[in-house]
Amino acid sequence: MDMAGASGGGIWGNQEAEARPLLSVRGVEKRYGTRIGCTGVSFDLWPGEVLGIVGESGSGKSTLLGCLSGQLRPDSGQVIFDTRDHGPIDTLSMSEAERRHLGRTDWAFVHQNPRDGLRLGVSAGGNVGERLMANGARHYGNIRATAADWLERVEIDPTRIDDRPRQFSGGMQQRLQIARNLVSGPRLAFMDEPTGGLDVSVQARLLDLLRGLVRDIGLSVVLVTHDLAVVRLLADRLMVMKGGHVIEAGLTDQVLDDPQHAYTQLLVSSVLQV
Amino acid sequence: MSDYNFAYLDEDTKRMIRRAILKGIAVPGYQVPFASREMPMPYGWGTGGVQVTAATLVPEDVLKVIDQGADDTTNAVSIRKFFQKTAAVAVTERTREATVIQTRHRVPEMPLTQDQILVYQVPIPEPMRFLEPRETETRRIHALADYGLMQVRLYEDIARHGEIATSYAYPVEVAGRYVMDPSPIPKFDNPKLDDCPAIQLFGAGREQRIYALPPFTRVRSLDFDDHPFVASKADHACAICGSTTSYLDEVITDDAGGRMFVCSDTDYCAEMAEGGA
Amino acid sequence: MYVAVKGGERAIDAAHDWLGRAHRGPAEQAPLDTAQIRDQMALAVARVMAEGSLYDPDLAALAIKQARGDLIEAIFLIRAYRTTLPRLGASAAVDTGAMRVKRRVSATFKDIPGGQVLGPTFDYTHRLLDFRLMADGELPATPPATGDGAALHAPHVLGFLNRDGLIEDTPDDGKEPGDLTREPMELPADRALRLQALARGDEGFLLGLAYSTQRGYARNHAFVGELRIGAVSVEMEIPELGFAIELGEVEVTECETVNQFKGSRTEPAQFTRGYGLTFGQTERKALSMALVDRALRWDELGEDDQGAPAQDQEFVLSHCDNIQATGFLEHIKLPHYVDFQAELELVRRLRAGAEDEA
Repeated sequence: MDMAGASGGGIWGNQEAEARPLLSVRGVEKRYGTRIGCTGVSFDLWPGEVLGIVGESGSGKSTLLGCLSGQLRPDSGQVIFDTRDHGPIDTLSMSEAERRHLGRTDWAFVHQNPRDGLRLGVSAGGNVGERLMANGARHYGNIRATAADWLERVEIDPTRIDDRPRQFSGGMQQRLQIARNLVSGPRLAFMDEPTGGLDVSVQARLLDLLRGLVRDIGLSVVLVTHDLAVVRLLADRLMVMKGGHVIEAGLTDQVLDDPQHAYTQLLVSSVLQV
Repeated sequence: MSDYNFAYLDEDTKRMIRRAILKGIAVPGYQVPFASREMPMPYGWGTGGVQVTAATLVPEDVLKVIDQGADDTTNAVSIRKFFQKTAAVAVTERTREATVIQTRHRVPEMPLTQDQILVYQVPIPEPMRFLEPRETETRRIHALADYGLMQVRLYEDIARHGEIATSYAYPVEVAGRYVMDPSPIPKFDNPKLDDCPAIQLFGAGREQRIYALPPFTRVRSLDFDDHPFVASKADHACAICGSTTSYLDEVITDDAGGRMFVCSDTDYCAEMAEGGA
Repeated sequence: MYVAVKGGERAIDAAHDWLGRAHRGPAEQAPLDTAQIRDQMALAVARVMAEGSLYDPDLAALAIKQARGDLIEAIFLIRAYRTTLPRLGASAAVDTGAMRVKRRVSATFKDIPGGQVLGPTFDYTHRLLDFRLMADGELPATPPATGDGAALHAPHVLGFLNRDGLIEDTPDDGKEPGDLTREPMELPADRALRLQALARGDEGFLLGLAYSTQRGYARNHAFVGELRIGAVSVEMEIPELGFAIELGEVEVTECETVNQFKGSRTEPAQFTRGYGLTFGQTERKALSMALVDRALRWDELGEDDQGAPAQDQEFVLSHCDNIQATGFLEHIKLPHYVDFQAELELVRRLRAGAEDEA
């Protein structure tokens, strides 16, 4: 890469890093045969920013998330991530080894169903510690202490460190999944309906927790949801998708309070009726 | 048995196996797929080891076959007879006299030399198999050296039992790269794999894999800094030769709970008993 | 002093002696003739040939006799023998359309060109023990019926569907199929390799999997388009001659199933296929193979992965070979006292630790 090693820290290093987006998406398109998954998607995500992607099911938001996070291969476009060591790199040009490395260090992925993101046969401590061990940690006591600390941060009683996730409630499982992802100090998290399938009161607590964590860590988030209440609480900016296209984008309050596109207006009004 | 080629397999098959062996030696710890043949003994009874031995033997070789450390156990007898019949090579029970040693579940106590080849019979070559049943996934894990899951397994052991509760087939890291199953040897034997002067070859017939350790390869048993690997054995002396450093079998001597401990390596035991007497 | 491990060699010899005597049965009984096994237990012979991957009825009969009727053991003997045979070349693909059929049925059409031929089948028999076979009143040996598998113009039934585009076409892609007896199986395996593995796979295992698809674990709505049994000629291209010569005939069972259709807004609906081909008269095996083949094709046909065992090619291909399976299963009879000792030490230590804490 051209940018490799261009800014190796120093006085200007940080400023340069802040002066450019963490993730730049350019012209991403994914088709399933003749059907459009998503097309013409471009945006920049800045450090510490939370971007909400909303739309009904089939709008292409999950396809887009898959393309951004490396789980799906887009047919065209670029997904450029500002890597720690080598600056901005198109993740689609990375080898699988590099992408997986990114996936267990600087990236996080929170699934809607915590069962997809947890190892159900492994203790809570093992679940949280896996990333540390995958990244070379070999001191049992330290791994365990870090895991206990993270359990506490996501409001799980650390004495349950040796329990399996099967014994946890749905909300606890989701918080465990978040701890398991954030333990490596990632800079970018992809979240797919992280509060879906939870009771309303459990949702509120989780949203509160997420908001606190995002602020404390300075995490950037791409958040896919159909729940406008979730984006209003968490997202700085919003993209509305329909039929694979981004039809409206802007600051969250602006889009929700003054929607321009007819479909967004419908979306907002239908939510308000609920 | 003159109807069969030297050491049973035809030369083309032996060449195919030798290529796999050479590839294995070139990439220590990497499982090389090979087109395992049906042998006249069942899969799971050492067909991988037998094929590797067959491809390795030359007429001048002196062969030793052990199972559970002993030359006289049933399957060792059967395999030794097979090669006496099909290759007419000299056989021995003496570790120091052998040039090729085929083994199941043990590494001889006597230190091996650069003139020797140790062939292991391997039932399940994949160290991750019981964590991840899919071959397509485990091959990817090896390719990317993505071994976090293996360490998680050891973590879970300590969390539950206070120590790593794997006593045999204890996974090792080879030359800083591949994680490898040392075959179901007791973990007591793991340190013998490290920096060993002999060539060590591993054959898994049913699973169609061969892997290898060239001489003097670094072999490290997986562990944690604060829970280091310990090569353990029964805390007794051999009832026959008195050795306190060899791996022991427990023998039940009566129905009232009486038992004794004897060396699992019968040749070593005999030599110690002679020397000591 | 008592040492348990000595005496293995003598024990093995004694056991094999005993086996030899048990094998023969009472001396006053007439020994079994392998020709009798070959001709009177022809279906067992067919299974041994199919799963042993070697077409030789005489050797299969010998293997059954030597194995005391244990068919998996007999298959094992054939496989081990097969390993030692040189590979001189590969035959041309057999033309099952030119088969001399002795049985040929279609469940999808009432009448077909060439007709339905029931042949020697257990179908429609009442499963009542025939005590005449046990008493001395042996059934009369009848001469073979009119032209035992007379050459008959019997084109493939699925060809009719294919002509109208009603069933997926499966043109020859010209690719040389792999050979899983020469190359290690690589997963995912293509269809040719999968069919090879299924053709020598265990009949019982495939039957169970096929049955599971019928009961809803990846159901694929199979109709037997055609099942045919008969002799096909085996030909080989001889490079020096520049043409193919006939080496002989083998009996095979072929099953083609017509399965649920696929289609989309852009592609018109079409039936799909499952395929089974096995040595000898091995009808249950060929049917099972076709159903499992079809279930394994879910991905290429754009179907959902239902997580059914029959859809999982790693699961099916890694476990269908009964010689691999029986060897590994039975190896747990071998001594494992070294591993067990290691486990024993560990459990004792863990228990001691627990008692100290208590």
